[in-house]
Amino acid sequence: MTQPLSLHGVGARYGTTRVLENLSLSVGAGELVSLLGASGCGKTTTLRLVAGFLAPSEGTIRLGDRDLTTLPPHKRDIGLVFQNYALFPHLSVADNVAFGLKQRGIAPADRARQAAAMLERVGLSALADRLPAALSGGQKQRVALARALVIRPPLLMFDEPLSNLDAKLRIDMRVEIRELQRANGTTAVYVTHDQEEAFSISDRVAIMDAGRIVQLDTPEVLYRRPATAFVARFVGFENLLPMTVSSRQDGAVMAEGAGGVSLTLDERDFGPIPDRFVLATRPEGLVVGPPGRGIPARLGLRTYLGRAYAYRCETPAGALVAHGALDAPQEPGAAAGLAVVPSLSAILPAAA
Amino acid sequence: MNRTHPALIAGAAVVYLFLLGPLVVVVGSSFSTTTFLTFPPQGLSLRWYENALANGAFRASFVTSMQVAVGGTFLALLVGIPAAYAMARRRQALPGFLGLFFVLPILIPEIVTGFSLLRLAAVQVGIPVLPALILGHALLVLPYCVRVVGASLATFDFSAEEAAISLGCPPLKTFFTVVLPNIRSGIIAAFVLAFITSLNDVSISVFLTGPGISTLPIQILTYVEQFFDPTVAAVSVLLMVLTVAVMAIVERTLGLTSFTK
Repeated sequence: MTQPLSLHGVGARYGTTRVLENLSLSVGAGELVSLLGASGCGKTTTLRLVAGFLAPSEGTIRLGDRDLTTLPPHKRDIGLVFQNYALFPHLSVADNVAFGLKQRGIAPADRARQAAAMLERVGLSALADRLPAALSGGQKQRVALARALVIRPPLLMFDEPLSNLDAKLRIDMRVEIRELQRANGTTAVYVTHDQEEAFSISDRVAIMDAGRIVQLDTPEVLYRRPATAFVARFVGFENLLPMTVSSRQDGAVMAEGAGGVSLTLDERDFGPIPDRFVLATRPEGLVVGPPGRGIPARLGLRTYLGRAYAYRCETPAGALVAHGALDAPQEPGAAAGLAVVPSLSAILPAAA
Repeated sequence: MNRTHPALIAGAAVVYLFLLGPLVVVVGSSFSTTTFLTFPPQGLSLRWYENALANGAFRASFVTSMQVAVGGTFLALLVGIPAAYAMARRRQALPGFLGLFFVLPILIPEIVTGFSLLRLAAVQVGIPVLPALILGHALLVLPYCVRVVGASLATFDFSAEEAAISLGCPPLKTFFTVVLPNIRSGIIAAFVLAFITSLNDVSISVFLTGPGISTLPIQILTYVEQFFDPTVAAVSVLLMVLTVAVMAIVERTLGLTSFTK
């Protein structure tokens, strides 16, 4: 039942505007891959191409051993969950769920039974006779989920399904979506602009920018080893320092950055370090310490985060964000040294 | 402070008098026993109703009017619903003037439309009277159909259509099973509006009616040119009753249920 999805060299344009360029993506059978990016990055376009609502200008799309590229959308057999639920306003909850079964020519008694079973799974049995207008946002999205799942599609696709729900419900729903997808072993593509949502729900995440996939990896790898400055910023590496290696000795690398900032990094922490690179650190990866060590800094605005203080810092290499211990709050204007925590930092290739 | 200003009451009374006064006069004089139109009626009789119903020309023109109103409205909906759908669905892809194009029949004086149709359809092409009337009225009511159905489509979420397609429903079937049921009240409203507009039209009909075939309003005009007895008042009352009845029936059987269901 479950099938792998593959896009090969797919391009798309609206009129003369290119929105996708030579995009290739493989989603394994039963895998959930998120497409993550800001609006306009091409993630929804990719989803609509796979659904068949948009024709690619080049490339092929395959699902299992079927070529979808030119197949009309109603023959693709894909379960879709929309941001605005897209329920049929004139049909009851039960009829909404049974709609896809009806299209497949399943007998009325059979489809009523299957729809009821699916509503049971999403916890909406009591609302089977209601019209969509009488449901809350969360309930509507459950109906939409049930409606997509009941046809046992080989591929499920989600288009920002949770962005119209409030924060608490979003977290509950994403767990529920993940459980149902896992239980059915359905291949899934999940479009979102919410990094936390994508990371929490996915086997792998494709980070997209300007119609291309910038990096496709597990959330763990993306979080610790971003491949580019764009991805690094996207996953919370707020400090980016371009640096040049000045000397190497037994894996210890001396590097210099803007304003004469000089750091010693260990290749045992980072792996091989190229001659020119960008050091990316999270705010918690730059620790405020006594002056004279690490990056010299003058502390600016201090904000309280609960587990630490965050400081805006002026350094010869530019403005950086660092964290400081709770038991030693520093006043604005104080001089300090910022030490780099390797496990919260990453080495990126220098910008071309 | 909550008392309504006397001037407002007086103003409202004048407006109501202006709106309803003529109707009262027509209804009243239709029951008069006199052989001329008079108000207040003298005596009370149904003879003019009898006269109206016995009049073959009125009966025939009534049938024509119904044929034209139903035919023209259906024709207009047949063109108007797909047009409104296309304009709502593919707004970006279609040129902007298209919306204006479908309201043109409202902007052009009906007299001009009627005359043009006479020149083109009846004289040049030689279309028979009844089809020409139906065509003319379809043109007359098309803007109402496009606008009213369009307003209904504007609130429809087209992602429901995509959802249906993704669930295996072919596009055309999706239109009938998902789109149409959700714009039903708009279609009914368009039908009522178009039907009544057609039923009451004079300017276009006057050019297109021909020997032996006439619509009821034209027949009334013709009758008034020759006679001045209360038969016309009786026919007018019957026409009013019919219009109100159509609206009431539609509202009861289709209109209200679509909102309460």
